[in-house]
Amino acid sequence: MSKELIHLNNISKSFDGQMVLDELNLTIHENEFVTLLGPSGCGKTTTLRILGGFATPDAGSVVFDGQDITNLPPNLRPLNTVFQKYALFTHMNIAENIAFGLKIKKKSKAYIADKIRYALKLVNLEGYENRMPDSLSGGQQQRIAIARAIVNEPKVLLLDEPLGALDLKLRQEMQYELIRMKNELGITFVYVTHDQEEALTMSDTIVVMNQGYIQQIGTPESIYNEPENAFVADFIGDSNIISAVMIEDKLVNILGAQFACVDTGFGHNKPVDVVIRPEDVELTAPAQGTLNGVVTHLIFKGVHYEMEVMAGGFEWLVHSTALHPVGEKVGIKVDPYNIQIMNKPASEDEEAVAIEI
Amino acid sequence: MKNAAKKIYIALIVLFLYAPIGTLMVLSFNASKTRAKWGGITFKWYGQLLHNDDILKAFGNTLLIALLSSVIATIIGTIACIAMSNMKKRTRMVMLGITNIPMLNADIVTGISLMLLFISFGFKFGLGTILLSHITFNIPYVILSVMPRMKQLNPSIYEAAQDLGASPVTAFFKVVFPDLLPGILSGFLMAFTMSLDDFIITHFTKGAGVDTLSTKIYTEVRKGIKPEMYALSTLIFVTVLVLLILVNVTPARHEKTAISGMSPDKS
Repeated sequence: MSKELIHLNNISKSFDGQMVLDELNLTIHENEFVTLLGPSGCGKTTTLRILGGFATPDAGSVVFDGQDITNLPPNLRPLNTVFQKYALFTHMNIAENIAFGLKIKKKSKAYIADKIRYALKLVNLEGYENRMPDSLSGGQQQRIAIARAIVNEPKVLLLDEPLGALDLKLRQEMQYELIRMKNELGITFVYVTHDQEEALTMSDTIVVMNQGYIQQIGTPESIYNEPENAFVADFIGDSNIISAVMIEDKLVNILGAQFACVDTGFGHNKPVDVVIRPEDVELTAPAQGTLNGVVTHLIFKGVHYEMEVMAGGFEWLVHSTALHPVGEKVGIKVDPYNIQIMNKPASEDEEAVAIEI
Repeated sequence: MKNAAKKIYIALIVLFLYAPIGTLMVLSFNASKTRAKWGGITFKWYGQLLHNDDILKAFGNTLLIALLSSVIATIIGTIACIAMSNMKKRTRMVMLGITNIPMLNADIVTGISLMLLFISFGFKFGLGTILLSHITFNIPYVILSVMPRMKQLNPSIYEAAQDLGASPVTAFFKVVFPDLLPGILSGFLMAFTMSLDDFIITHFTKGAGVDTLSTKIYTEVRKGIKPEMYALSTLIFVTVLVLLILVNVTPARHEKTAISGMSPDKS
């Protein structure tokens, strides 16, 4: 990993007596694309605002490049923010919007003109200098907001759900754009979203948050394949989360049937949660699987069929390209390395909550 | 048939509302000195106005009071709006209610209470007391027209400006103020109009010998109605009318651009 750039140390913050962040610790590296991911109210935006200087933590410190910036006002921080609702200055044209930060820093006219041209090229909106923000579409306004931030050459760009207001197609396009921009600029991106697909597509590192706590930090692959608790498993993609008992290393009892797995170190006869992704559930002929069940629902999803299979008293969610009509008796089989074992939540704080998106 | 009835109804309403003012305006051009007789069109009453020192002085006072009181009320009202926008919703509603009540309060009550207040604090009545009272009754009108702009404001732009390196003060004047400007301007015009045509409150808070146009007309009319007063009243009415049209046209034009900005995604 590259150099450590930002440290959030034991950050706590509450609003009106309600705890939003509780002793949060986070390290962000240079040139990293970090995504803070979680449901609304999980504290991700507050974390971003503390980084930007718009909120002051009740306790803890923010260290940037070895310097404590906890009490530094936003205008003196070497970071720039892209706001959720674009926040373009509607009485200024595009060029004036982009030049805003540079004019305050009293850069020369030639330098500013150069930067405007460069930034508009980067966001693919060349020739828009004299347009007014109101005359641009949402996606274009978002690009201008990014251009306005990056001309100041921040070391870190903070993005607060920047794609939240765009339609699906445009959002997917902008995801690739953002990755390209980040690679071209070579700076750190801290990105806030509640959209797990966005997080998986763009991030180097995902920080999953819930109720003011960090649930898991990891690469998109490790977050998806090896969720550490039921909340993460449930929030990232579809999954079957089943209460089970770890009989011994590499053997788990799920709904009365013995499944081989690859996890060790959970002890003997210990209650655990297992996560099995719907695409990892294999349907076989009856009696050939580990568990037997009946297909109860069938939906065609385009790439695959989504089925629900009642087996062992649990409704299994299954994704498969093979069609099994409702009522068909099937067997269920799971490869050992596709079974993810998790400890049961130790406290109520870690308990998964209803997800509202 | 139904349409014709509707039109007649509206015509009647307009007639009853504006007939008195129309009469006044017509009479101001009447060459004959009595109301009973039409003596042809003349501008002499308007001409005499310009040579009446008392009226010119009252006109000067009116302008001075209107200008000063509306500028000061606009500054205070705008600052009040900024403060209120940062309050919690409940507190803000209470504050708005408190500032709205003086507008609905009977002018005579406001006038008498201001007069009593000035007396009990030992103020000397004159232009100063008129100015103070006009500022007082103007502030709610400014708040009334600035607050809606304040609510439309994207709160992120103030933060965005700071994020780009502007100090809080610079951020306010470069980014927030221009967005509030249409509201501030129409608040100013509204306050100016209110101050211009106020009679009752001025009547109770002015000192002896100090007059604004409205109180001057009142004293003149008590002595006997002179055609100059028709001319003067007509001028005041036209001024107020023009100002009111300005107040209503400025925000309307702005809203149009705001709506076109909300057009659906084109990309």
